[in-house]
Parts: sequence; structure tokens; C-alpha cells
Amino acid sequence: MAASIQYCTFSLAHLTFGIEVDRVQEVMRSRDLTEVPLANEVVEGLINLRGQIVTALDLRRRLELPPRDPAAPPPMHIVVRTNSGELSLLVDAIGDVVDADEATFEEPPETLDGVARELIAGTYKLDGRLLLVLDTERAVQLPSPV
Amino acid sequence: MSEIDEIVGEFLVESYENLDRYDEDLLALERDPGDTEVISSIFRTIHTVKGTAGFFAFDRLGELAHVAENLLGRLREGELAVTEEIASALLFTGDTLRKMLATIEATGVEGEEDVAELTALLTRLHTGAGSPLVAELDQPEDDEDEVAPKLGELLIGEGATTPDAVALAAHEQDLGDDRRIGEILVDHGQTTADAVDKAVEAQGNDPGRSLSDSSIRVDVGLLDELMNLVGELVLARNQIVQLVGEEQDSRYAGASQRLNLITTELQEGVMKTRMQPIGNVWNKLPRVVRDLSLACGKQVRLVMEGQDTELDKTIIEAIKDPLTHLVRNAVDHGIELPAARAAAGKAEEGQLTLRAFHEGGQVNIEITDDGGGIDPHALQQKAIAKRAITAEQAATMTDREAVNLIFAAGFSTAEEVTSVSGRGVGMDVVRTNIERIGGTVDVQSEQGQGTSCKVKIPLTLAIVPALMVTSGDSRFAIPQLSLIELVRLEGEEARAGIELVHGAPVHRLRGRLLPIVDLASELGREASATRETVNIVVLQADGQSFGLVVDAIQDTEEIVVKPLGSHLKEAALFSGATIMGDGRVALILDVLGIAERARVVTETTERSGAGEEEGEVLDQRHVERRTLLLVGIGDDRRAAIALSDVERLEEFASASIEYGGGREVVQYRDDILPLLRLADALGVGSYGMHQPEHLDVVVNRVEGRMVGIVVGSILDIVEQDVDLRDGDEGRGVLGSAIIQGRVTDVVDIDAVVTRNDPARMGGYAGV
Repeated sequence: MAASIQYCTFSLAHLTFGIEVDRVQEVMRSRDLTEVPLANEVVEGLINLRGQIVTALDLRRRLELPPRDPAAPPPMHIVVRTNSGELSLLVDAIGDVVDADEATFEEPPETLDGVARELIAGTYKLDGRLLLVLDTERAVQLPSPV
Repeated sequence: MSEIDEIVGEFLVESYENLDRYDEDLLALERDPGDTEVISSIFRTIHTVKGTAGFFAFDRLGELAHVAENLLGRLREGELAVTEEIASALLFTGDTLRKMLATIEATGVEGEEDVAELTALLTRLHTGAGSPLVAELDQPEDDEDEVAPKLGELLIGEGATTPDAVALAAHEQDLGDDRRIGEILVDHGQTTADAVDKAVEAQGNDPGRSLSDSSIRVDVGLLDELMNLVGELVLARNQIVQLVGEEQDSRYAGASQRLNLITTELQEGVMKTRMQPIGNVWNKLPRVVRDLSLACGKQVRLVMEGQDTELDKTIIEAIKDPLTHLVRNAVDHGIELPAARAAAGKAEEGQLTLRAFHEGGQVNIEITDDGGGIDPHALQQKAIAKRAITAEQAATMTDREAVNLIFAAGFSTAEEVTSVSGRGVGMDVVRTNIERIGGTVDVQSEQGQGTSCKVKIPLTLAIVPALMVTSGDSRFAIPQLSLIELVRLEGEEARAGIELVHGAPVHRLRGRLLPIVDLASELGREASATRETVNIVVLQADGQSFGLVVDAIQDTEEIVVKPLGSHLKEAALFSGATIMGDGRVALILDVLGIAERARVVTETTERSGAGEEEGEVLDQRHVERRTLLLVGIGDDRRAAIALSDVERLEEFASASIEYGGGREVVQYRDDILPLLRLADALGVGSYGMHQPEHLDVVVNRVEGRMVGIVVGSILDIVEQDVDLRDGDEGRGVLGSAIIQGRVTDVVDIDAVVTRNDPARMGGYAGV
């Protein structure tokens, strides 16, 4: 059975990531954020999602990637359903939804290191690029502040 | 009807509902006699009625249900087949049960309903011997009888007469007396005309809405959902109102005002649906008190007032444990053993009173016992032993403050740990739990007379009025419950209004020292260095008031409290978030969390607070009092300086002392501040062998010049009456007084400075 899974793709720095489509509730443009003083540095702030208050996490900081270029277009929100409720993940840009053939699934590449390696469930080889599958549940568990 | 016990009321509602289903089930059974599930359902209904009737000692009701249950038992076992006759008899049983319930509802007691024939019929059917009696029985009774209970029964139910008297009067009627039964009873002196009037009125009212018609059961989940929707509506309303404010068109204004009103009313209505009488929590307490007093060998009578005071369901849940704990505490520690009470000249039976009432949008609950009260000194000793406070603090505490020490962490006042209390769940937990829902708790006690705990809690948690403030670009909401007042300092006041005592910023608010917390620095941001105006929000938490400095104060607004996600649990400064009129999210400040974080309850503030309060009490009796800064000098001696002379309190490193003009000086605010050692000036010896690393300096302004008075330590600020004796102008002492139980010299700063200032000596010596 050559089953395939659909992933919602997005980019962070120069990398392409994917989240299972059925986890994704919606994708939104940048919106008003309310900063939360003294919160974990990964917490970017709070957004109003149709009357519901949702915590937004900066995936760049979570994955310990270099900070976003201030001149770059504002980040996008991917609202995902997780065990800790609805959360918004801030990413650089949203890509297509892709069908990934389960047969091409591989372990995370050796070249990845550090936090990113822990939070990547595996990879798919798409034509010409590598799709890194985000382990969403682990990604939204914040490390305790040092 | 209002007289009926609430539990009986619940039983009635439930039974009516069950009987309605009972009828449906019976009809279904007639259509399909083999349906065992339906038989079981009918059986259960009757079984429940029987059980509950037995519990309330409604014997006739129970007896009828019992016979019907026997019959149904055989049907369920399949030993009897359902015939039309049986179904009719069972339906009639249902009608009779309803009638009996109606009598109970109207009078509170069982009526004289004759069920002998019906039970006989049911028994016959049960034993299998059918009878055509059903037709006879199934006649509608006198209509009047059905809707209105008999006057005699009502009177008996009210306790206004006896069954015998009614029977006698009825007998007289049968013999041809055409007077009404009430008249006969009054004539016989068996009841009063008033009681009859009341009973007649009740009889008239009765056919109105009965319990089953006027109340329905609703799933709590549905109510929660409604509450959430109302919350959303309030937010949308706020948004619209804000937008309309920017519009010129008056039609919008009218519509938005209507929306505003309707939303408010709807909000109140929905909130009411979630209200429950506090009696629902109190119901469990008589048992708690009984068991506990037995275990302790005490006699306690529990008096409850205001059981029907209503509270939001969620709050009822939240106060259940704290209340139970307070009651246990009162029985365990408050009320004395019978022998001790007798010795103290009190009744052997102690009294514990629970009182609930609404006041100012809050619910007040008082738990009062007439026991031995709390010994403030014993508490203080204990607190000192546990290092919760220092002996000095204890000395300046009022009794009332001392009594409230029982809320300090890790306190158990029992001499020995009993099985009842001292299990680690202390009064501190009670206070924390109550404050978590935005409430307050306060204890007052009079030794030998008893103790009273006052709990104040908000009516609801979901939608609360809040004050909006800003810090930097962020807006925050402060629940109005913790708000005491707003203070605005401008111009010169803004610069001088916030002083440092012991390194902690304070503001002198009407003679009291208010600890100051800067919101920006609590939020981990840069506090703005100089402000043209200072906005202080005076808040109350943990029994202590403090001032929160914010950048700006905005409106008050109704906010809908929304919980924060699990990712923000560690940010203890916020109790939730809300959505503002412009659609943005604003955080709700957790006042208690901020107070804890900023350690507002420090030694300094606590002590000064104590001194002040004492002063306030004194102030009512005396006209004159002084506010004094207490300092330590030399060998464990104390001196006091009038606070009005004090400009600031500072701390300088000993290393920063320089010499100018033959005396010690420090650089201070781009100026040279001459220093003067108070111990030297008063001639009470030096500061000992070693130089301390830091010098505590009281900066005074004498005749327009700043002088730094070096003291051994800064101890406290007190406000009290001072009885000065033995002034010594030569030494610069106005006199001595007893302050905090110690003889203290009150310093005449002007004299000291003038006498010890070589620069002034020439100028003023002759004056």
C-alpha cells in the first residue's frame, strides 16, 4: 500500500517544514499580537482568534534558528490543534499542501543537529528539496527557561 | 408552599417528573406488554418514590408505592401478564400518588387521602385474583377536592390545629351544622381567625403554578455555554460601542445604546441562571459539626442565616473547601470544652453561626463562634518562634493584625496536633483559595468572647469590572475588586512623592506609608526614569495595600475573563486575558501574584503599617500625634527624628566619604552633602571599632540646606502620641519618650545641626 500523507508546508530560514494537514486548523496573515512580559522567550504573544485567546509561538526561536530579518515580510500564523489546546506557530512563509509518499519517509538527516534534530520526526525527499516533518507535539512543549 | 423544606421540594419535582414518565411507560406497556425494559423503568420509578417517601416518613405514600411495587415485581419477573385491568390500576396509582404529592406540596404533610381501596385492589391483582372493582374506582373525584387541599389539612399542616379538632368539626358538619369548617374551629377555640385566613389564602393560591410547572432542569453544560456566548456578546458590544463613539450618525448611537442595555440585562439574566443558594454548600456542614463536636467532646449548636443567598455555581464549588475548613477550625479550636465554658460562665453548649448576605456586589459570609477567641500574644510568640515575624514587629502589631497571623504560612494554633486539624492544610491555604477567586478573608477575635471570620467573595468570575491601565505600549486590566483608590502626583509631588525607606520605595498617603511597586520593572521592563505625573493604583492583596505605579490610567470596563494557555503558567503575574473593544488581547494582572513577587509584605512596610494603624486608633482620642523615624545609634540606643524634617533616606558606601571644610562630606545629587554623626552629636559614644561598609544616612533639610545625619541603623517609622519628658536643649534633644516599649530620645534636628555645624557656628551662635 503506497499510502500518502498530506502535509502543509512552510518555510523557516532556508528550510522547508511540514505539518500533517489534519492538525492544521487554519493559516492566517500576521495580526495584532499582545506581548506577554516574563513569559518563555519562545512565546511571541497572544492573538485573538474569533474571540478565543491563542498563544503564538515563534518557531524560529523554538528551533534555535537565527532571528527573522526585521526587513522581511511579517511572519504567518499556522494555527494547530495540539494536546495543549490550539496554538499558533509563527513561520516565515506558507507553502503548498503536498502529498508525501510514505515509502519515501526517512529518518532525520545526520546533518541536522541540536534542537532541530529532536523536533524533526523525519524527512521526505520531494523533487529537488527536502521536507522536514515537524514533531508538533514536541515542538510545542517549551523547554524550561535556563 | 414557601414553608416546605427545600429537600422535600426537590423530591416533589423529581417525583412529578418520574410520574410523567411512569404514565408514558405504562401506555407504552399496554401497546407492547412484553417490553421488559419498560416494566423495569416503571418499577424503578415506583421504587424511587417508595424509598424517598420512606425517608421523609410519608407513610401512606410509601405504603401505596410498596403495594404497587409488589405488583410490578411480579410483572417484571414475568409471573403475571399485563392486562388492561392491571394497567388501569397502575395508572390510577400514578394519579393517586400525584394527588398525594400535591397535598404534601401544599401543606407540607401527608393528606388524609384514602388509599385503602386502591391498595386492596393492587394486592388482589398481585395475588392474581382479578376484580372488576377498577371501573368503580376509576371515577374522577370531586373536582374541588382535587385542586384545593382541604382547609382542615392546611391548618393541620401549619400546626394551627389538631387532626382531632378537625375530625370533630367535620363530624358537626355531617350532623347538619352548615358553618364552614374554619368557623367551627375558631368557635371551638381550636385555631385562630388569622390562621384560617392564611389557610384560605393558601387554598386559593394553590391551583397556581406548582413546583413542576415553574421549574425545569437544565444541563449545567448548556448554562456554561450560554455564559460563554453572553461573554462574547459583551465583547462584541464593547467593540460596537467603541466604534459608534467614532461615528457621527445618531441612529447608530441609539441602536448601540439599546444593544448595550439588552446585553447588560441578558448578562444579568444568564448569570442568575447559574446562581445557587449558598445553602447547597452549607447543607453538609451540620453533619460536619455534629461529628466533629462529638469527636472533640464538645457541644456545638449550629445556626445558619441567609441560606438562600445566591452565588455563581463555580464560586460555590471554589469556596466549599475553605468554608468547611473554617467551620472545622471553629469547632476544633474556637469553641471550648463544656467544662471550660461552664467555668467561664458561658452556656455549656457553644454556638457557631454562619451568616451570608449580599453587600456591594459581593457576597459576605461570616463564621462566628462564641468560643475562647484567639490569644494574640500566643500567636505572636508562635510566629516569632517560627520566624514568621521578628520580636520588633510583634511589638508594634495591633491585636487585630496579630490575630490575622493565623493566615501566615505553616501555622497551626492547636496546642497539639489533633486528628481534626494540623494536617498541613492550614489557614494560609484557606486564604490563598479565597483570594484566588478574588475574595478576601479577615479574622476578628475577642479573647474569651469568640472569633469571627469574614469572607468576602465576588458574585461571579466570568465577567468582572476592571480598570484598564497602560505600561509602555501594553494595556493591562486590573480587577476592580482589588482596587482601593487612584492617586495622581503632579509636578513637584511627582518627584518628591515617592521616597525610599530602607531601600524600598514608599508613598506617604494621608500619613500612612504605602509600599510602591513599579509595574514596568515588575514586568521586567525599563521603568521610565522621570515622570511628569505619577499614577498610583492603590491595590489590596494579602491583607496589605500597596501602590502600583503605571504609565497611564484608562477607563473601567466590563471584561470577560479568559484563561491563559498552559504555556503561560509560569508568568505568575497574570490571572488571565481578555479581548478589548478594539479586538486586541489584554492581560489581566494577578494582584496577589504581583504583591508576592514584589515582596510588598516586607519587614519595613509591615512594621510601619502596624505603627500607623495604632496611630490612627489613637488619633480618634487625641488631637496631637507625631510621625517619627526611629533610628538606632551607638550602643543599642534609639533616637527618633520627626519625619517632617526628613527629606530622604539614603545609604552611602563608607568608601565614598570625602573631606571638605574639615568635616565628612559625600557627593550627593551634584552637590556636596555634609555629614553629621548623630551618636557624636548626642554624645552617646561612637559606632564601635569597625567601620560598617555602608552608612545609613537620614537626609534633612535645615534652613534650606541639606545635611546628612549618619545613624547606626534605620529601624522604623511610627506615628503615635509622644509624651516628651526631660528635654535637653544643650544636647539637641527635645525630650525622651517611650516608643515601642523603649525609652527613646526625640532629636531636635535644627539644634543638633546648628550646634555641630562649624560653618554655622559663627553665623548663628549668637542668635
